Amino acid sequence: MTPEAAPAFSADTVRLISIFGIGVVLVLITGLYSIITTRNLLRVLIGIEILAKSVTLLLIVVGYAANQIALAQALVITLIIIEVALMVVAIGVVLCVHRTTGSIDAAVLRELKG
Amino acid sequence: MTLDVVLLAVLVLFALMTVSAPRILWSVIGLAAVSAVLTILMFQFNAPIAGVFELSVCAGLIPAIFISAISLTRRLSPEAVAERKREKLRRFAILPIILIIAGVLLSQLHLVLNFAPPVPESGDANVRTVMWTVRHADLIGQLVVLLGGVFAVVVLIKEFRRDA
Repeated sequence: MTPEAAPAFSADTVRLISIFGIGVVLVLITGLYSIITTRNLLRVLIGIEILAKSVTLLLIVVGYAANQIALAQALVITLIIIEVALMVVAIGVVLCVHRTTGSIDAAVLRELKG
Repeated sequence: MTLDVVLLAVLVLFALMTVSAPRILWSVIGLAAVSAVLTILMFQFNAPIAGVFELSVCAGLIPAIFISAISLTRRLSPEAVAERKREKLRRFAILPIILIIAGVLLSQLHLVLNFAPPVPESGDANVRTVMWTVRHADLIGQLVVLLGGVFAVVVLIKEFRRDA
């Protein structure tokens, strides 16, 4: 018994995924470049936010293309909640670092001991 | 489709502006703009509930938290600001070129994107149904993450008060 062939995406959907896939990769590169090149801890967090945006966009586009937009929305809501909790705690830590060292430069953290 | 592509281009441009802005406040405003454009795209893709979350939390709350944090840090001297501007311009001048090259290369790749067959969604599938029936474990995870975040912030504020 041969397995039934899976229905393929339409040409429009493939074009949509291709265009938005490129956009997602470009936003991802932007966020990664920002994280790699900057030493300002707040800018590193902004870079992480940009990465999260690209993942959010990818989830929505793939959910729309695969006709699973409700599931995609549920995943995006979970992602947003995790993102906001992460940001609040990370900004609190950055402020503690600023209070301790007087700077938000990541290079200063190399001097921390214990 | 055309509007979606234009919005995608605007999103990439705002992301570029966010990471390369000389002042961190402009970066935060750029981040809010990225979220706002992403919200419009979500509405275009029939995802209004996720769009409302994105707009209220990512374009509203997170920039507000960032701005509060920036207001608590020390302002740089004008000389240091000018020096940072020059350094930033030198570092980020190459990024648009990298993005253009990556975009051209990716468009020439012709990747096979039929990685998953489109599954017909059941008629009563909405976010509420999916959250409560399919992804109910996520809700517990979200609660744990939120409570963990609140606990961490309380501990950090305690440290602040002890230091003050």
